Amino acid sequence: MSQDFNIDTVGNAAATPDVELPWAELGLKQNEFEEIVKILGRRPTAAELAMYSVMWSEHCSYKSTKNHLRQFGQKVTEEMKKDLMVGMGENAGVTDLGDGWAVTFKIESHNSPSFVEPYQGAATGIGGIVRDIISMGARPIAVMDPLRFGAIDHEDSQRVVHGVVSGIGGYGNSLGLPNIGGETVFDPIYQGNPLVNALAVGALRHEDLRLANASGVGNKVVLFGARTGGDGIGGASVLASESFDDTKPSKRPAVQVGDPFAEKVLIECCLELFKASLVEGIQDLGAAGISCATSELASNGEGGMQVELTDVLLRDSTLTPGEILMSESQERMMAVVTPENVEAFEAVMAKWNVEYSWLGEVTDTDRLIITWKGEVIVDVDPKTVAHDGPVYDRPYARPEWQDALQADTFRSSEAGANLPESGDELKAALLELIASPNLCDKSWITRQYDRYVGGNTALAAPDDAGVVRIDESTGLGVAIATDANGRYTYLDPYAGAQLALAESYRNVATSGAIPAAVSDCLNYGSPEDPDVMWQLAEGIRGLSDACMELGVPVTGGNVSLYNQTGDRAIHPTPVVATLGKLDDVARRTPSGWREEADGQAIYLIGTTADELDGSEFANLRGHLGGLPPKVDLAAEKALGAILINASRDGMIDSAHDLSEGGLAAALAEMVLRYGVGARVALDEIKQRDGIDSFTALFSESQARALVAVPRSEEVRFNDMTSARGVTVARLGIVDAQSGSLEVQGEFTATVDELREANEGTMEKYFG
Amino acid sequence: MSTELPLIGDYSTPSPELSGARIGVVTFPGTLDDRDAARAVRAAGAEAVSLWHADTDLQDVDAVVIPGGFSYGDYLRAGAISRFAPMMDKIVDAANSEAKLPVLGICNGFQILTEAHLLPGSMIKNDHLKFICRDQVLRVENNQTAWTNGYEAGQEITIVLKNQDGQYVVDDNTLAELEAENRIAFSYVGWNPNGSRRSIAGVTNKAGNVVGLMPHPEHAIEVGYGPDHRGTDGLTFFTSVLTHLVGGKK
Repeated sequence: MSQDFNIDTVGNAAATPDVELPWAELGLKQNEFEEIVKILGRRPTAAELAMYSVMWSEHCSYKSTKNHLRQFGQKVTEEMKKDLMVGMGENAGVTDLGDGWAVTFKIESHNSPSFVEPYQGAATGIGGIVRDIISMGARPIAVMDPLRFGAIDHEDSQRVVHGVVSGIGGYGNSLGLPNIGGETVFDPIYQGNPLVNALAVGALRHEDLRLANASGVGNKVVLFGARTGGDGIGGASVLASESFDDTKPSKRPAVQVGDPFAEKVLIECCLELFKASLVEGIQDLGAAGISCATSELASNGEGGMQVELTDVLLRDSTLTPGEILMSESQERMMAVVTPENVEAFEAVMAKWNVEYSWLGEVTDTDRLIITWKGEVIVDVDPKTVAHDGPVYDRPYARPEWQDALQADTFRSSEAGANLPESGDELKAALLELIASPNLCDKSWITRQYDRYVGGNTALAAPDDAGVVRIDESTGLGVAIATDANGRYTYLDPYAGAQLALAESYRNVATSGAIPAAVSDCLNYGSPEDPDVMWQLAEGIRGLSDACMELGVPVTGGNVSLYNQTGDRAIHPTPVVATLGKLDDVARRTPSGWREEADGQAIYLIGTTADELDGSEFANLRGHLGGLPPKVDLAAEKALGAILINASRDGMIDSAHDLSEGGLAAALAEMVLRYGVGARVALDEIKQRDGIDSFTALFSESQARALVAVPRSEEVRFNDMTSARGVTVARLGIVDAQSGSLEVQGEFTATVDELREANEGTMEKYFG
Repeated sequence: MSTELPLIGDYSTPSPELSGARIGVVTFPGTLDDRDAARAVRAAGAEAVSLWHADTDLQDVDAVVIPGGFSYGDYLRAGAISRFAPMMDKIVDAANSEAKLPVLGICNGFQILTEAHLLPGSMIKNDHLKFICRDQVLRVENNQTAWTNGYEAGQEITIVLKNQDGQYVVDDNTLAELEAENRIAFSYVGWNPNGSRRSIAGVTNKAGNVVGLMPHPEHAIEVGYGPDHRGTDGLTFFTSVLTHLVGGKK
């Protein structure tokens, strides 16, 4: 850009209405550009164009989904709102935990950057979500990462998997936040469009709650943390809001570069500011950088703000005003400080060696005015930038191919012929399944993450949920699980989204926690494709209906669209994170039995139907068709209540939910958790549910869990389940001496055999 | 300015079984395990005193823990910047003084102690080049130090290992000296998780008041929040120093 372009003032814009502006290169559509001209009554300046282009991007404005996302706010009962302190729309939702404690959590995507530059993409995904948590006034206490990659044996998976995992570790480990779980799925459908979602959770005292608004006329606006550089320019607009296309130039410069040390210092520095009540409002700088922070702070507060852009500390002195406004340089925060607190604020910055610069102040003019050496280069109503972006009712329709897909069931397919029947065949199928990329041991990944830091991690992967203690004196804590099944959601977008919620709800309950709130990351293809838009509309409708039925509110989240290459979209993948509350995390339920559990009774809660479509077993045979397992939210709720009450009353010692891979995978995982064997029989459930051994072992029917019950508690456990009308079957016992998993009348697999199959898959591919 | 650790739980309250001992925990920019170390100190029955890297007052503490983390991001060699902190000058002087202040360096703290020349050797990137977090079995090779006197000689303990730059390297002469003087405090049992020379996990100085190790005893002090098996093996570090301070076993 020429020097003349750099100082495109408002006066200049008014005087030169016909200057050609690069709105299309910045990702704006013609109608959107025309709307901006209409709002301003003149052409935008270069700086204004930069701001609108990023803030009106799909990533920041939710323009394709806003009309659908409303359902999350509408399908809410008073009961669901009871503990909700801050709902959707803020940096992250806040839920009351009692005892003066609150918890805030959110899941976000960093998909496109993680494909372009896996290490930095994944690293800055953690950084961004952690700053969202700090912005609420909370101390971050844990992170999680649900990941989806292309085929495990695809050559590009080497680059992406190594980069993403070391990026998450490299950044997250340096922040001192335990990584307590997530999931890892491999599927060729994510080739070229990996999903890297990041979740962070924070804890705060009620009185520490902070919101992003610039209140108090005359209060000072300060930018602090890292300097602003040329990285991540247009990350939200150019990168996250368009499909990949091989013919376009590399988008690498649009990826941000992270500095975890700066972020760690920023965390402690912010917490010290909060503790001393030195900031009136605070906003992290993420997508759309200063454009977002100034326009959101101003429009959420008194309505006006005046900022001198040359006061921004730069890493690169050649940046233009537009670039400074769009830069997504990491580890930056913007705060509003009263004049009386300026000195104390500066002392905290000095203590932590954090750079800062005072940019301007809060006004009541209802205008966001940005100057460059005193000349006005932005003069806008901040609401038009932050909140009044375009909203689209994208056309959508059930795809023509959906019926044929659903009619193509596993049983009726060629892949579904010659299913395992004999004991040997069933054993071979189990070993193959637990060695497969999706069900194999993932400790190659999790051992690159610090799960211990903080000293409050009570459960982490591979347990069903991650559990962290918040209050050491009472044991109060939270459990979180993230889940999604892209194959289920592809087969039935409405049911699939509900199944994602059902599984994360079940996982949280399995750990003994009471589900309290939901955050979702909706990963879909291009909303401009009516097929995808239908998947998205169905997904939001399904998820919001299910939240209402289970009584857990959505407190925030993120939509990631354009996850497609050419016209090949990913499977619709709504990742759902459920947060649950534990009054005392000492009571949490681990996902496997220890030696001391020898002789405990193993019960299967729930019933099993012939539901193999979309299953891991069908996936092993290369089949995807039919209908996903039936959703039964009433049964999920009843199961959850059993798991929570039984845990609280000491009736169960371990529990594991049944999901991908069914009963067979769940049994193997419980045995492998601590290397302690078991003896079970399938006769009762086969007879009761009218199914064969193969179906009993590999069906993925929902609302089921395995639990181990001490002998002394069996009567109480059976009384409780029958009183609640929940079906259970006593499958067998924990057998610490056997060193094997015996499925009576079918097969015996030693712990060593199971371990050998389960471990080593990741190492085989990734070293 | 307060140097209190920004905490969620309140570790400043004296422990009920207060021994009277005050143990400092140093915080540098980028330190991560300071709260955990403070918790371990309290669990052992001492008072945890927060020490800020830029201060010069040791606050009359009876011993010091330099906890783990990534001080200054480890962007230079791990510990290379932190060793120049004003607080480190005080700690080095006190450790070398006649009073022989007991000092424990954990992970990044160990790296800082080698950079400060309180302990020999240095740490480079793990031989497999990846961060590693696992429950690690160690053998106590020297139970005569201020921080290990509560263990049996040769005892195997399980504590947490987590690091990126944990490969202990040292020249041959120094290695021979360490062995001859029984200054290898801990070694890894079974698999050597980072390629350290002679599987060394931790070393001590000649006087036995300064101990450094890569694994994290402070993450193994409370049942349910540490290693799956034998979750509290690390607590003995912190009770050992209390024994040492009252003139018990040396």
